[in-house]
Amino acid sequence: MVITQHKSRVSAVFERRKDNSKIMSLFITAGYPNLDATVDLILGFEKNGADIIELGMPFSDPLADGPTIQYASNMAISNGITMKKIFEMVREVRKSSDIPIILMGYINPVMRYGLNAFCKDAAECGADGLILPDLPPEESSYIAEEAKSNKLDMIYLVAPNSTDERMKKVDELSSGFVYCVSVTGVTGARKGEEVAKSVEKFIGRVNKHVTKNPRLVGFGIKNHEDAVIIAKDVDGFIVGSALIDNIRNNYPNNNWIENVFSFVNELKYGNKKN
Amino acid sequence: MKYTAPTKEGYFGKFGGKFVPEILIPALEELEIAYEESLNDPLFQKEYHDLLKEYVGRPTKLTYANRLTDHYGKGKIYFKREDLCHTGAHKINNAIGQLLLARNMGKTRIIAETGAGQHGVATATACAKFGFDCVIYMGAEDMERQKLNVDRMRLLGAEVRSVTSGSQTLKDATNEAIRDWVTNVENTFYIIGSVVGPHPYPVMTRNFHRVIGEETKEQLKHAEGRLPDYLVACVGGGSNAIGFFYPFIENEDVKMIGIEAAGLGADTDQTAATLTIGTPGVLHGSLSYLLHDTEGQVQLAHSISAGLDYPGIGPEHSHLFDTKRVHYFGVTDQQAMDAVKRVSETEGIIPAIETAHAFAYLETLMPLTQKDEIVVVNCSGRGDKDMKTISEWFDS
Repeated sequence: MVITQHKSRVSAVFERRKDNSKIMSLFITAGYPNLDATVDLILGFEKNGADIIELGMPFSDPLADGPTIQYASNMAISNGITMKKIFEMVREVRKSSDIPIILMGYINPVMRYGLNAFCKDAAECGADGLILPDLPPEESSYIAEEAKSNKLDMIYLVAPNSTDERMKKVDELSSGFVYCVSVTGVTGARKGEEVAKSVEKFIGRVNKHVTKNPRLVGFGIKNHEDAVIIAKDVDGFIVGSALIDNIRNNYPNNNWIENVFSFVNELKYGNKKN
Repeated sequence: MKYTAPTKEGYFGKFGGKFVPEILIPALEELEIAYEESLNDPLFQKEYHDLLKEYVGRPTKLTYANRLTDHYGKGKIYFKREDLCHTGAHKINNAIGQLLLARNMGKTRIIAETGAGQHGVATATACAKFGFDCVIYMGAEDMERQKLNVDRMRLLGAEVRSVTSGSQTLKDATNEAIRDWVTNVENTFYIIGSVVGPHPYPVMTRNFHRVIGEETKEQLKHAEGRLPDYLVACVGGGSNAIGFFYPFIENEDVKMIGIEAAGLGADTDQTAATLTIGTPGVLHGSLSYLLHDTEGQVQLAHSISAGLDYPGIGPEHSHLFDTKRVHYFGVTDQQAMDAVKRVSETEGIIPAIETAHAFAYLETLMPLTQKDEIVVVNCSGRGDKDMKTISEWFDS
């Protein structure tokens, strides 16, 4: 399968990356902690070092997620999140920012919206790509054409138990980057040592077989120190559950959003402020 | 017409597939290989069928329901007696089959989800028989209404984990079981209890239950010298129905009817009638009919029966529904409970509330039958586990 090359916002981020820095991609659930906060959070994340945003499209049955993202998804659904509102949020961000936005979520809400209409509307509002964790390469034909014709990057995942052949296949199918799941399990914070122990061998294989796309590693990263160790040999890292836990701890106290932004700043730069 | 579903990618028509995170793909591939090998492995087949005979108690009887037949004054009603299986329902046919696969694959830990508790009990039983660690996920609400089965599972040595997320029923128990599987995929085998989930589970579970229909065909040939006119079975995920129907699919004169739980009515929001009012969607790894809102959020199902209280259905049923090879209808809580009483009083058999949904449809079907038409109902499980719910229903 041939993927037409187009210069996406996502690819541009990786091209700009300097050797001594890592790309930081942040996941947040759209509509959490409330519908109004999402756009402000994204813009603030960008100012504090985020290079890519993964915007979670909540689903009632997030079976690859741990308790943190389950909680955020449920809250967002109770807050009245809809696909249209998510597109509206992206459109709002685009008024003042070029940060790449990847929509991430389960396939059912996307199918229900209509695969065709979804890709068209996502591209039209300014989203850059899709991560659909329960749509593995086996089922990719459902969306590959629509995504391509709307110039959306399709990002697939590799895991520690993926064979070498699957890693190659995922690299072939993906554009933008490849999402490397550091450990077998659901999303959520883990002990840094636990992840670091197993990740080295896995990343070694990834680097050998994923050669076309940049690689970001995610799952279990909760602070700058974890990120430095775990993302040592790849292009960057992804933080999701730890960020949502931080929001959950701060919201709705006074200055909650500033506290969240300083957490983000520290994730990227460590203790030295930027 | 030749029936060959599923394809090697696991599709029954446009339904099925493998909608799971990357982490589970290697596990499914490993399972596919082990399952394919088992089909041509005479030792596996012998061990499985010996266990069905000596441990489960197969073949189960085909009982002529003379008083119920008299009650309707038409047709001829038989019951396929899956309630006589060890542990009290058909579920053990599949639990034993999958456990043998797990053992041959070198897995040391078994997990399962359960709604009514029958699949949990069957899995815990198989694990006890073979000495496996066993964790059963069960919704907190279901643990309450099926307490007897919780006690049975614990006595059999299984750990029953209460699931408090979402609707606290079968859907959420399945989510938790999948999360456990994703986390412990190296040493853990997930025994799915219905014809749902990613490929190869729907086809594998069907084939571990096809013995129900095969025996029925043989027994009815002996009793009546011919094929039945109607088969009736209840459908939640749909395992007993598929096992019962599958061997008859190519016999086009055999009319097949699947009965869904309509709860308070398929026109209310308190229902589990997936095919009647659902639309295609993806839940728990496969594309099938689903109860979900316009945003694709899965809706909470409702049925008085914990085993049918599920917003999805097996992909093969969706295919048989679309192709009209099987016709599906809904039966309400009230109709099912009336049938529990009727079958208990006329035949001396207390059916599970799930099973009673199939019996309830006889009220509609029997007046339409000709005098000698043969109707076989799959009596998929016995009602002991439901005594608390049944007593409360008739006392109030």
